[in-house]
Amino acid sequence: MTLTLVLVIAMAVLFSCGVYLLLERSLTRMLLGFLLLGNALNLLLLVMSGAAGRPPIGDSAEGVTDPLPQAFALTAIVITFAVSAFLLALIHRSWKLSRADEVEVDEADAAIGRDRDESDDDPESDHDPRAPEDADDPHDRGAGADPDATAPADREASR
Amino acid sequence: MTWLVPLLVLVPLLGAAVALGLLRHQELQRAITVAVLVVAVAVAATLMVLVDRHGTIVVQVGGWEAPYGISLVVDRLSALLLTVSASVLLIVLLFSIGQGLAADDEDAPVTIYYPTYLVLAAGVLDAFMAGDLFNLYVAFEMLLVASYVLITLGGSEQRVRAGTTYIVTSLIASAIFLASIGLVYGATGTVNIAQISERVADLPEHVQLLLHTMLLIGFGIKAAVFPLAFWLPDSYPTAPAPVTAVFAGLLTKVGIYAIIRLETIIFPRPQLNTVLLVVAVLTMVVGVLGAVSQTDVKRLLSFTLISHIGFMVMGVGLGSVVGTAAAVFYTVHHIVVQTTLFLVSGLMERVGGTTSTRSLGGLLKAAPLLAALYLVPAFNLGGIPPFSGFIGKLGLFRAAAVDGSPLAWVTVGAGVVTSLLTLYALMRVWDAAFWRPKPAAEAAAPHASVAEPHAHLRSPEPAPLTVSEATGEAYHPGGSATVTDEAHASSASHPTTGSTPTHTVPADSEGVGDAPERVRLPRMLVAVTTVAVLGSVALTVVAGPLYGYATRAAESLESPDRYVQAVLGGVR
Repeated sequence: MTLTLVLVIAMAVLFSCGVYLLLERSLTRMLLGFLLLGNALNLLLLVMSGAAGRPPIGDSAEGVTDPLPQAFALTAIVITFAVSAFLLALIHRSWKLSRADEVEVDEADAAIGRDRDESDDDPESDHDPRAPEDADDPHDRGAGADPDATAPADREASR
Repeated sequence: MTWLVPLLVLVPLLGAAVALGLLRHQELQRAITVAVLVVAVAVAATLMVLVDRHGTIVVQVGGWEAPYGISLVVDRLSALLLTVSASVLLIVLLFSIGQGLAADDEDAPVTIYYPTYLVLAAGVLDAFMAGDLFNLYVAFEMLLVASYVLITLGGSEQRVRAGTTYIVTSLIASAIFLASIGLVYGATGTVNIAQISERVADLPEHVQLLLHTMLLIGFGIKAAVFPLAFWLPDSYPTAPAPVTAVFAGLLTKVGIYAIIRLETIIFPRPQLNTVLLVVAVLTMVVGVLGAVSQTDVKRLLSFTLISHIGFMVMGVGLGSVVGTAAAVFYTVHHIVVQTTLFLVSGLMERVGGTTSTRSLGGLLKAAPLLAALYLVPAFNLGGIPPFSGFIGKLGLFRAAAVDGSPLAWVTVGAGVVTSLLTLYALMRVWDAAFWRPKPAAEAAAPHASVAEPHAHLRSPEPAPLTVSEATGEAYHPGGSATVTDEAHASSASHPTTGSTPTHTVPADSEGVGDAPERVRLPRMLVAVTTVAVLGSVALTVVAGPLYGYATRAAESLESPDRYVQAVLGGVR
């Protein structure tokens, strides 16, 4: 099978940028990462149809290009479109709720982490980025009880 | 009877469209959703009998012949899983309808719930029938997009957070799956599972290994096997109880189904079986250790879910007919039991106001029936002899003994330890939530001895709660004004701080207390959960025929030629 080098390089760049952005905490960057990843996958599918240059339809000496990967790519594009729309809605919702675009630490995870840190009597636990700085602050703990109402304001205050 | 097969996808999808059009007519919408799933159960059960009698049914959608068109393939494995999933989908739907009818439920399904649920059903059922990899991908996407909506239902901040973990992980899994489909197509020139099975042996060893590993990683994330399972306990517990129940029961099993197909039909050679067995051991042990350390019932159940995925992977990894048969039987058992346990945890949350084992208590007196409903599936999951969990595990261990390699014996050891620890974790919940009386909540908890010495080191409770505790009973009427209508019995004063840092919802300080009177649960919820529990017990009753069916399914899986013959027929 012959591959087009330019397409392969473009695909590699898109993959690496996409994965890098997906690993970010910001939802918007995740969306951008997902879009890049989707395009990288479409290129991969397209590359799999073989060498460039053959016509998509009609009679020609070297035959037509393989239509099946294009059908796959088309389906994948539609799915990417639907998922991006959902992600946009999610980002909008997240923004309306908390004025923040970041994914928070899971409270239950953080609580288990705090339990462990305290039982180890680990002096560094206060600086653990996964344990929120509210460990000593009763008011913040109160805010945790009712995230919908007070969490955004509280987060602003703690900055 | 081939016309029955496409109905399983068509009817739920059309039903979803109709239900979406009826957003303003709730009752009609509910009726249609139930009717659709009843039809699905009936069709799947019919197929199960037909396939067992006459062999694999293959439908070439649109009349395009096999390697070019889309094939829907129903063999014994598919038919069995179709029947079980359709039934579980129906049960969970009835549970959520029950929640909707009990008007005081904040998790009552909103109007978009029913159409989305049907799309999820269509995706799950399609995945079990897909005869080519790309159709499998589309089925996955169908159920995933529906699950994105369901897991963020209501769009509260917590759910958006939990949903993001789930969505991003699923997106990456789908990307890996799609990339491997592209590579499989590049290597073999087809995406038809039967044709791949024929051609894959001609590929160079390293190409086979690459394709095999990539597909396995993609499916492994969906099935939540050990190194790829971190997302599950973060995201499942925050969703409404019925949603968690159906996710736990079905979505991971779709991944397991794909792994079974991958290991038996697509790559029948025992290339990665050792890896699978090691992964199985790690999944079992790490999962159950996670469960032991949890204090929240839903999170604990999520970890046991991961842990028991290990049993199924173990059966697949043994790569023999007995192993696969046991894995198939265990999958069926686990779908039913895990779903039931999550439904029960939903009821516990209703009665106790929380799912934290630190604040639950006295449920045995408050709701004796609920206690029985919890105990039976808990014993079942732990593998106490008369139940199907025991039969499934026995089958797996026997298959490992037949295999006889040192690694197989290690998996047996890990399996036994996991069963015991599962039982320990579930009985700890029983002790904390049902057995002990409410007032002694903190002191009496056996597990609390580990965590509680540090409780006083933790930051004090939020100011308003402390005040209400100090002033005791007298303060409560004012302080609990907002919760009296939702807390079922709010007479209790709560001497110790019943709340954990993660669960400082106002209801915690009230709970059911040591309320002498019984809590009335909505009849429909109890009835549906009882049916689910009876269903899980029925697995024991029909275990003989069911195990026979699973063995026949495994026999046809372990000889991929039959599958290829059925799909491709004369076309070679």
